Amino acid sequence: MNWLQKIMTPRARTQGTTAAGKGKVPEGVWEKCGGCGAVLYKPELERNLMVCPKCGHHHAIGARARLLSFLDEGSAQELWAGLEPNDPLKFRDGKKYRDRIVAAQKSTGEKDALLAMGGTLKGLPLMATAFEFSYMGGSMGSVVGEKFTRAAEQALADRSALVCFSATGGARMQEALFSLMQMAKTSAALARLREAGVPYVSVMTNPTTGGVSASLAMLGDVNVGEPKALIGFAGPRVIEQTVRETLPEGFQRSEFLLEHGAIDLIVDRREMRDKLAAVLALLKRAPRAAA
Amino acid sequence: MNPNFLDFEQPIAELEGKIEELRHASHGQAFNIDEEVGRLREKLKLKTAEIFRNLNSWQVTQLSRHPARPYTLDYVGVICEEFHELAGDRAYADDAAIVGGLGRINGRAVVIIGHQKGRDTKTKVRRNFGMPRPEGYRKALRLMKLAERFGLPLVTLIDTPGAYPGVGAEERGQSEAIARNLLEMAGLKVPIVCTVIGEGGSGGALAIGVGDRVNMLQYATYSVISPEGCASILWKSAEKARDAAEALGLTAPRLLELGLIDKVIREPLGGAHRNPRSMAIRLKAVLLNQLDELEAMPVQDLLERRYRRLRGYGAYQE
Repeated sequence: MNWLQKIMTPRARTQGTTAAGKGKVPEGVWEKCGGCGAVLYKPELERNLMVCPKCGHHHAIGARARLLSFLDEGSAQELWAGLEPNDPLKFRDGKKYRDRIVAAQKSTGEKDALLAMGGTLKGLPLMATAFEFSYMGGSMGSVVGEKFTRAAEQALADRSALVCFSATGGARMQEALFSLMQMAKTSAALARLREAGVPYVSVMTNPTTGGVSASLAMLGDVNVGEPKALIGFAGPRVIEQTVRETLPEGFQRSEFLLEHGAIDLIVDRREMRDKLAAVLALLKRAPRAAA
Repeated sequence: MNPNFLDFEQPIAELEGKIEELRHASHGQAFNIDEEVGRLREKLKLKTAEIFRNLNSWQVTQLSRHPARPYTLDYVGVICEEFHELAGDRAYADDAAIVGGLGRINGRAVVIIGHQKGRDTKTKVRRNFGMPRPEGYRKALRLMKLAERFGLPLVTLIDTPGAYPGVGAEERGQSEAIARNLLEMAGLKVPIVCTVIGEGGSGGALAIGVGDRVNMLQYATYSVISPEGCASILWKSAEKARDAAEALGLTAPRLLELGLIDKVIREPLGGAHRNPRSMAIRLKAVLLNQLDELEAMPVQDLLERRYRRLRGYGAYQE
């Protein structure tokens, strides 16, 4: 029991633990850290970019908050905000895809699972995109593919730079082969950036798997992982079912990928601006950014 | 039940069995069975046509995985006058789930790459059921670059349940290997013709599937996820694979209608496995046609068209 739990009434204490289970506290301003279990004051956690001040655990951060905190204050301009999914296959399982879209839009306030903003990072102009994981698992369908491609093409036209923060389970099943083709489409756009020497930094956050990791996320000139993020092609459950053994501790986490040579570096979210500004300035042969 | 026939093919199996029996029984006999055999053959044809007229998506899925379906090397054997397989990714291993090499089609030099499945238990295991590991995709990339260096067009044949989901595959960068191929194929400076000959299983298929033309054999499938996988996630039950197959729209005619592929290549009556040779000859004709068209284009045009094509994939509104 930590100091905060000690001063709470027994009732408040049990509300915080039993009703919410692990990691969540209902409705309130308190959030239990998924890393160390400390109960954190939410506004303060948000000020700290959803990183636990006690143990450094990186909690999920929304796409909008991510981009606004990453870009220079007041520089961010959202782009292509009107792009919306339609339902080319009239897909339905137990639920209609249409209804899933409506529900996801309502719960997240976003039109689809990717946001794009133009802005500056310590004065350096760039295009930044981020996946909204709480929108259908950050899955990539036509809108995500199109918006990412536009951001890449804009970065190419401006000869600026492109940054993407991914948080996704992969391709969106409800758009079937349209989703798969977004892998080819976004990769083709990145091929053009590469040819023109416009830098692209891919930041993989928890989780980045499936069709997104097997396309745009792994194609950075520099690949970055956030600490302990799950990154891989197949999800751990699928692998366990295939090989019929329990996976080793830390398998498919950023630290594992770093060790196996799949990513360049691991960057703490609180240092993301500094690190990426420095790397991008070097790639662009621009002067060193001010602290 | 004959294990080499799918459940809906059983009437075909029975008729074929009868014909065989008759021929066998009459061997060395005086009486004439030609008439009876002829009658049965006609009946067999009609029955096959009837069964294949109204296949549902799940039946097509089963056909795309048919144990007797021709695989990459079966096609290569008919299509090419010569073929020299080239092995290895030059970094780690040779992955037998992908084969590739230099070939000659009607005198024309090409590089051919395809997924390869095995026929019997031993070769199935050796080919890992056609599920490549990163080294397979890296071998494919090496051969693509070889094609580019020597100005040879690239022909790919797609037939995989998907990229292998294993511990080693993850350790060696399955995601990166696939992603890298997508990027490189988008800019490869030679014509690329891709054909799904059996199963087009998600990213593992697409990793050799980006090109200037994408064909599908009539009973091939192409999907972002297997019907079983989709069913277990969305329906919470793999039993619903039938429904998932329908919802995913994974058949060749449907994907042509949606503008996601360029051509459906008709299969012989009863499917490619009923007459692999005639299927291979049809495929060869289509490949030659498309290669002619593409090789006539200046490289810059070719690449610009390829980009426009990839760029155009998607259904959205704003």
